[in-house]
Amino acid sequence: MAIPVDMPKLSDTMEEGVLVAWLADEGDQVSAGDVIAQVETDKATMDLEVFDDGVLLKKLVEEGDAVDIGALIAVLGDEGEDISPVLEEFGVGGDAANGAADAEEAEATDEAEAPDDAPATAEGAPSGDGAAQQEPVPAGDGAPEEDDGRIKASPLARRMASQNELDIATIDGSGPQGRIIKRDIEEALEAKEAAPVEEAPAEEDAAPAVEEEEQAPAYQRPGDVVSVDDEDLYEAVPLSQMRKTIARRLAESKFTAPHFYLTIDIDMEGTIAFRKQLNHLTEEQERPKVSFNDIITKACAVALRKHPDVNSAYLEKEGEIRYYNQVHVGVAVAIDEGLVTPVIRHADRKGLAQIAEETREMAGRARDRKLQPAEMEGATFTTSNLGMFGIEEFTAIINPPSACILAIGAIRDEPVVKNGEVVPGKRMKVTLSCDHRVVDGAVGSAFLNTLQQHLEEPMNLLL
Amino acid sequence: MAELQFREAIRAAMTEEMERDEDIFLIGEEVAEYDGAYKVSEGMLDQFGPKRVVDTPISENGFVGLGIGAAMNGLRPIVELMTWNFSFVAFDQILNNAAKIRYMSGGQFSFPIVFRGPNGAAGQLAATHNTSVESFYAHIPGLKVVSPSTPNDSKGLLKASIRDNDPVLFLESERMYGLKGEVSDEEDYILPIGKAHIVREGDAVTLVANGKDYYIALEVADRLAEDGHQAEVIDPRTIRPLDFDTIIASIKKTNRCVIIDESNPFASLSSEIAFQIQERAFDYLDAPVRRITAKDVPAPYAKNLMDYYMPQADDAYQACRDVMYL
Repeated sequence: MAIPVDMPKLSDTMEEGVLVAWLADEGDQVSAGDVIAQVETDKATMDLEVFDDGVLLKKLVEEGDAVDIGALIAVLGDEGEDISPVLEEFGVGGDAANGAADAEEAEATDEAEAPDDAPATAEGAPSGDGAAQQEPVPAGDGAPEEDDGRIKASPLARRMASQNELDIATIDGSGPQGRIIKRDIEEALEAKEAAPVEEAPAEEDAAPAVEEEEQAPAYQRPGDVVSVDDEDLYEAVPLSQMRKTIARRLAESKFTAPHFYLTIDIDMEGTIAFRKQLNHLTEEQERPKVSFNDIITKACAVALRKHPDVNSAYLEKEGEIRYYNQVHVGVAVAIDEGLVTPVIRHADRKGLAQIAEETREMAGRARDRKLQPAEMEGATFTTSNLGMFGIEEFTAIINPPSACILAIGAIRDEPVVKNGEVVPGKRMKVTLSCDHRVVDGAVGSAFLNTLQQHLEEPMNLLL
Repeated sequence: MAELQFREAIRAAMTEEMERDEDIFLIGEEVAEYDGAYKVSEGMLDQFGPKRVVDTPISENGFVGLGIGAAMNGLRPIVELMTWNFSFVAFDQILNNAAKIRYMSGGQFSFPIVFRGPNGAAGQLAATHNTSVESFYAHIPGLKVVSPSTPNDSKGLLKASIRDNDPVLFLESERMYGLKGEVSDEEDYILPIGKAHIVREGDAVTLVANGKDYYIALEVADRLAEDGHQAEVIDPRTIRPLDFDTIIASIKKTNRCVIIDESNPFASLSSEIAFQIQERAFDYLDAPVRRITAKDVPAPYAKNLMDYYMPQADDAYQACRDVMYL
């Protein structure tokens, strides 16, 4: 039996994946465990393995297509096997299955159909005049024809069409496998009533760019001699999976979690001296240098142990507040396409050198997009550091479902008053964003006080 | 209106009929001294005495045959089967004698007999005690099969069944005996056999369900209503003769149908309804008829598997949305 290969759920938050590259061709023999394609999820580019042996009979998506979880990507099976049962099971239209067959049928339908509604252009079908402008449509969308060219329509839809003298071939089906159903006939009748004359000529939509160019430009700037082409006004870049995920999760966080912000100014002289001593040792032992950020990660982790209320999550759906027994600190890392947060697990129990090593190693892989989704999941607290850009202070959006995120500013030289004298000092501002549904002002403040103590007297971290 | 349990409504129907007609008697395992295995006949021995409320040994083939012989000779027996699962040892009596002798004798004999008892699944009773018998008996010309879903319907339909001059199989449910509902106290309350009940009117989808599944259908209709869609819920009440006219009229209005049927799916009540719909309302269908049934295996014992085996409201709800193309 032909075996479907569908889009797997490769991370907790993944909803669709972009098939970035095919690594096998139709007709290739593949075995269980072979990688046949690469998929870009919201977090990483992952290998798509097959779980069965067989011949890759059919690819259902093009490189660059975004595919929902569970949607059909490819079909495996024996050479020459009929794959239509699998296509039917997944509700994939007959045309994609048929390749270039029935070109005439496809063409005929193209002419009949309004071009902005799912055209039935078969993959690779030679296109007639009208069809030249049309983009191929992903399989499974619209096309009401089956292998034998028969139009699928519910009995009711057929009867309604014949009673109203509608040509059923001119109607797009919105049901499974493009079946024409009652709703489609009703819409067609409404359209017919709304526009009793002929419907808008198909060419207008089919070739928009060329025609509009020839017409007068939409507007002119005063004194502007060069005509402005619409396409020059901006460059449209399709949303990447990562950008979509950032948008979705941060909007979800900001719109549902009522944020409030607590800022504290920390004397960093102690930490600076502490780090100098540490890095003497790491140098001797040939271990990676400990950064300020690593010390802050550790200081947060130790403070979280003392303030379990901050190491929590408000879970509305489950109707509970979850106090985590473990401290996993997510560290936001900027990469070309956006940002990711590798998670330092059990950061409270790890030494600074280990935190430094792990953070550096994961950040490196994050930039190469080689981080596994699991390595970015499960943070109970997050930090975001813009100090290296000279940002004095800022507020961060909570990384759900965590209750808090710490925004770390730059260490700055500042005149400070010590023992009644103005002397040079080192100061750093951090801002805690709190989800007020679970962390109140006093709780967040107490956490920041502990954090301040740890950073001003870093020996605390050893206790 | 009085609020009665299902078992009390059945008892009320039998009692009223037995008070009216001395030819009627009740026979079965535990019906007399023990007041009925499910307390349906509680107190009836005291009221009618041992000649009219008769305990039998565990011998279904014997006492079912006795009832059929009594009916041939002019009495009007009510034969209680402890469950319909036990009717299969008397299958020949029902299939060949009760159903066919009127036909074979050229109408010389009639069979005013009611066989009644609980049908279908009743929890963790394993493979042999969880059979839904609707389609077994509805398959046979010469039998009537009635399946009430509410206490009120059980009273009206059982009285009609007792008065009917043909063999009527009356399907109850262990799970529903304790169910309470308003029951008409109208004198001589009769509901006609062969007439379906439109429990809830709607135009979005037709839901057909009987017995326990009737309550699933109502739940699904509530959920669909929350989504803004009014389902039409039809309780067939009688399995044979089935009131296809009511179902077909509904399909012509909604253009789609989901059947919930506790039977195993192959050649079942739902198969028959779907066939009739495509034959009589083909041009009115906007989607294939869907059905939610017991799974096509013997009933399992384990609780989780049994829950999975039975028709599920979630599945029925999804099927409705599917046929509505939502």
